[in-house]
Amino acid sequence: MPESKEKEIKTGVFICHCGSNIAGYLDMEALDEYTQTLPNVTFVQQNLYSCSEGGINEIKKAIKEQDLNRVVVSSCSPRTHEPLFRSSCEEAGLNPYLFEMANIRDQCSWVHMQQREDGTAKAKDLIRMGVAKAALLEPQESIMSQVKTRALVIGGGLAGITASTALAKRGYEVVLVEKEKNLGGMLNKLNKLGPTMTDAGELIEEKIKEVTNNDKITVFTGARVAVVQGFIGKFDAEIETESGKKNIDIGVILVATGGRNFVPEGLYDYDGKRVVTQLELEQLLKKGLDPDIKNVVMIQCVGSRNEERPYCSRICCQTAVKNAMLIKDQIPDARVSILYRDMQMYGVENEEMFRDSKAKGIRYMHYDPDQPPQVESEQVRVYHSLLGREMELPADLVVLSTPLVAQEDAETTSQLLRVPIDENRFFLEGHVKLKPLDFATDGIYLCGSARFPANIREVIAQGLGAASRASIPMSKGSVVVEPIISVLSDEDACRGCGLCVALCPYSALEIRRTEKGRKVHVIDVACKGCGVCASTCYQHALSINSYTSEQIEAQIDAFLEET
Amino acid sequence: MLDVGRHPNIELLAYSDIEKVEGEQGDFTVTVRRKRRYVEEDKCTGCGACAEKCPATVPDAFEENQGNRSAVYSYFAQGIPSTHTIDADYCRQLQGKKCGICKKVCQADAINFEQEDRIITLSVGAIIIAVGYDVFDPSQIPEYRFRELPNVVTAMEFERLLSASGPTHGHLDRPSDRAVVAEIKALEKKAKRSQKTLDRFEKKHDQASADVYEKYRKGQYQDDEDRKKWADKYAEHLAVMEPLETMQKQAESFTVAKRLAFIQCVGSRDFRFYPFCSGYCCMHSIKEAVIAHEHETETTSAIFGMDIRAVSKGFEEYKIRGGNNSNITYVRGRVSEIIGGADHNPVVIYEDTQQRQVKEEEFDMAILATACAPTKGMVELAKTFGVELDEYNFIKTSSLAPVDTSVPGIFVCGCAESPMDVPESVAQASSAAERAAETVIQSTLEKEKAVA
Ligand SMILES: Cc1cc2nc3c(=O)[nH]c(=O)nc-3n(C[C@H](O)[C@H](O)[C@H](O)COP(=O)(O)OP(=O)(O)OC[C@H]3O[C@@H](n4cnc5c(N)ncnc54)[C@H](O)[C@@H]3O)c2cc1C
Ligand SMILES: Cc1cc2nc3c(=O)[nH]c(=O)nc-3n(C[C@H](O)[C@H](O)[C@H](O)COP(=O)(O)OP(=O)(O)OC[C@H]3O[C@@H](n4cnc5c(N)ncnc54)[C@H](O)[C@@H]3O)c2cc1C
Ligand code: SF4
Ligand code: SF4
Ligand code: SF4
Repeated sequence: MPESKEKEIKTGVFICHCGSNIAGYLDMEALDEYTQTLPNVTFVQQNLYSCSEGGINEIKKAIKEQDLNRVVVSSCSPRTHEPLFRSSCEEAGLNPYLFEMANIRDQCSWVHMQQREDGTAKAKDLIRMGVAKAALLEPQESIMSQVKTRALVIGGGLAGITASTALAKRGYEVVLVEKEKNLGGMLNKLNKLGPTMTDAGELIEEKIKEVTNNDKITVFTGARVAVVQGFIGKFDAEIETESGKKNIDIGVILVATGGRNFVPEGLYDYDGKRVVTQLELEQLLKKGLDPDIKNVVMIQCVGSRNEERPYCSRICCQTAVKNAMLIKDQIPDARVSILYRDMQMYGVENEEMFRDSKAKGIRYMHYDPDQPPQVESEQVRVYHSLLGREMELPADLVVLSTPLVAQEDAETTSQLLRVPIDENRFFLEGHVKLKPLDFATDGIYLCGSARFPANIREVIAQGLGAASRASIPMSKGSVVVEPIISVLSDEDACRGCGLCVALCPYSALEIRRTEKGRKVHVIDVACKGCGVCASTCYQHALSINSYTSEQIEAQIDAFLEET
Repeated sequence: MLDVGRHPNIELLAYSDIEKVEGEQGDFTVTVRRKRRYVEEDKCTGCGACAEKCPATVPDAFEENQGNRSAVYSYFAQGIPSTHTIDADYCRQLQGKKCGICKKVCQADAINFEQEDRIITLSVGAIIIAVGYDVFDPSQIPEYRFRELPNVVTAMEFERLLSASGPTHGHLDRPSDRAVVAEIKALEKKAKRSQKTLDRFEKKHDQASADVYEKYRKGQYQDDEDRKKWADKYAEHLAVMEPLETMQKQAESFTVAKRLAFIQCVGSRDFRFYPFCSGYCCMHSIKEAVIAHEHETETTSAIFGMDIRAVSKGFEEYKIRGGNNSNITYVRGRVSEIIGGADHNPVVIYEDTQQRQVKEEEFDMAILATACAPTKGMVELAKTFGVELDEYNFIKTSSLAPVDTSVPGIFVCGCAESPMDVPESVAQASSAAERAAETVIQSTLEKEKAVA
């Protein structure tokens, strides 16, 4: 599309008020006037909210009526709004990559709320830089890629099983890889599930049947995913099974690797006999408790909400309340006390279970983390912070509520798929509020305790939800990849050294033999445009389109200009 | 939101009510009443010219009635669709007075005072109910004196006060102070008018008003009708100016609220109202306290709660950070009463369970973390759809099928199911979409089979 080179450049600049987020702190009239004086700018308009339906319509109208061939919106962050403005340009008939944003809110009005004049001057700089870059933008064509309608689900616990069956119901093929000999995950080790007291074994058996009886789902147990290459729609995976290696091609990947129960070695005299974890208690309850047990003390937050593991593991309070009631069911005259910091019985069902447990005579005592309980040979000594005195609680059995922690191989999985983990080593979703089940990388999704500790209601919802997210590219059949990617802009300069190939985090580069010798080749669909290669190449052979050296230099020059 | 408005596969029917649902999964017929907006949806461009000129003032529900809007309005600036709506209860024209200003200014010719409701029917395979929640009305708890004490507000009202696009542009002006400022403005308007009248007299007679008034009071001008009137006017003016000046002086010392009390479990975990925990309120109180501190670094906040339920990813860490960096103290205990103190300051009476003492403390503002109540009209809605409700009037589901209602093919997500925060609502929305898609696909396959 040679339009950019031949036609005279006509840049339209839209200055957003963002209600009063911008207009409340910057001098909009001054910005408007100033922008009109900038090179190539033929149209300037202020919008109350550029991103509102009205604002978008104004932009589209101006593109058509003013014959604009560059658009700069000076408003908020491209992270949230660039896709919207780009597609609006496209709808108005302008190549979406002839669009640029100047962030005068997050990077200007919000940080300079008390400095109207200086803030306005900075906004002028930002707009001038955006306008300078826009003039050098080139149109780009988006890249289409087919999507294979087969999913790889890693982890065969409740989350992975739920997601697999849902995808199969939608008609997609699923490959489910579980590292243990059996499917089912944590539920295999549990007794009854609160708040409904469903039998964990029966539930998981039924769920496993749904998977094994489904001819759309191929299950590999005792297996692991060794290699993953490719990108959304076209991943290649190598699976190591007991009977050798298998290669499969898939369109999407779901991570459902769950979590591990923390073992409290060295804490509260833990010995696995008199002092056990909730997980071990589940086994004892399954077998039937020793009827001589009359006094049980549970201690919450063992190994969690501390410096090493600052997070609250969400499900251990529910588990403790559930198990306390199950103990009472087996030994009605047992005295069960729960020593807690906060009882995390959030929501409708949990709080109800909490109330029921009190009615059953479970006792709750608050302790302060600065004065933790002491486990002694016959009793537990605790400073009851609400009564303000020390108490001695006889204890035949001490149960420690330990958190769910990330899998030991979380880093390996994270590197394998090139998806991030958070500071507690759980997998990190694309956006904690708005994209809880997607990774930032397209085509990879997550659910269950691999994301964060969750109870089965939440795990099932997430399993269904992740399946829904994963089915979107598969049902469309193709994906459009953003064409802001690396290009070999100076082929002669490339020496085929392969430095960039080794560093590319997305495996998007390869060395090919050409008539001119060994040269690097960019795999368009795999490239994310991160720029690692361009900044590595000492020959300056690679560059990122829409972020070329010329464009960035133009911005810097504009910034340094006297105004 | 904008994605919904623009997606080619989504038809958005805003400002509409569900009247009837018939049929079964795979083949529902839904009757929808498209309420009249008095504005033609296909013509209105959302430019807002009408709202700018409309002379009526209406309490703005979006701002929790803490600001005003016009009778022709869009619910909020980024609302989708941006089509404006006329509020018939306040529109002068529709109330039988002469107006129609909006019709005159609308360049799109979108205003239509004769518009009627329209009934349409939809044929759908599956239904998702996502009607959300209502904020619990705390005036049901007399001991918290909500509305009685002006500086006791709900967390939702506080959310709007904190918002840069809200009624106070994000400044924590106290409602009692805002009331005084509003009063000052009204009096200033009056004073300006009376001053004009006085100016006219002064010009006419070339004499100072105060002088006339003084002399009149001493018995002069008994037969001078004009000066008598003048003196009366001056008396009226003084009656406005005196309180105005006091208030203006008072207003000079107004500062933003800096000592904040957040009261947890208002209507939640309370047998009189909702025994359940609303799940998200501990976190939004911490969030609001952190933001208030960002706006004004001298702000201190006390959060009064039984347990602080910070149970999702990063929440406990956020809570600790709030304590370390944002001057938040967490007080373990339930607030028993809020009473009025000096200068409209709410005084919070509570038991500090840690120190086993009943204490009272004065704050600039108290913010009530109200319960997540089922949406008004839930009972009728459930009847329309035939779905079962739980004992609190949320839509009933089970832990093994968390988004399935009692009717096959009808699903639920978000706070219509039970209280939950945004990430959980979003995750549930995806699950409901999954279940709905499964239903539609299965029933299509079955229909194909039947045909073959
Ligand atoms: C003591 C205890 C009691 C509980 N009680 C209750 C209760 O009463 N009610 C309730 O609702 N919830 C309860 N839970 C929570 C419940 O167990 C979890 O919500 C649920 O099991 C999580 O399911 P998941 O599929 O996410 O993870 P998991 O069950 O942990 O499954 C993950 C699976 O992935 C596999 N895997 C891991 N890494 C890999 C890899 N790299 N490659 C291949 N496979 C891999 C694992 O082997 C495992 O099979 C309890 C949890 C504990 C610890
Ligand atoms: C003060 C406050 C602050 C909060 N802050 C946060 C926060 O910081 N982070 C967070 O994660 N969560 C927060 N929350 C919780 C958050 O508001 C909810 O999790 C979320 O809004 C739930 O979304 P929803 O779609 O289920 O319900 P809603 O947001 O209530 O949406 C329901 C929609 O359905 C419409 N509707 C209702 N009845 C009908 C009907 N009969 N027909 C058609 N439409 C109907 C309503 O008009 C509404 O638009 C906060 C809550 C409060 C009260
Ligand atoms: S759920 Fe309860 S026991 Fe577990 S970390 Fe949180 S507060 Fe502690
Ligand atoms: S009704 Fe007319 S004036 Fe009002 S917003 Fe719509 S187009 Fe603008
Ligand atoms: S989230 Fe916190 S404030 Fe809200 S009901 Fe639960 S415990 Fe109370």
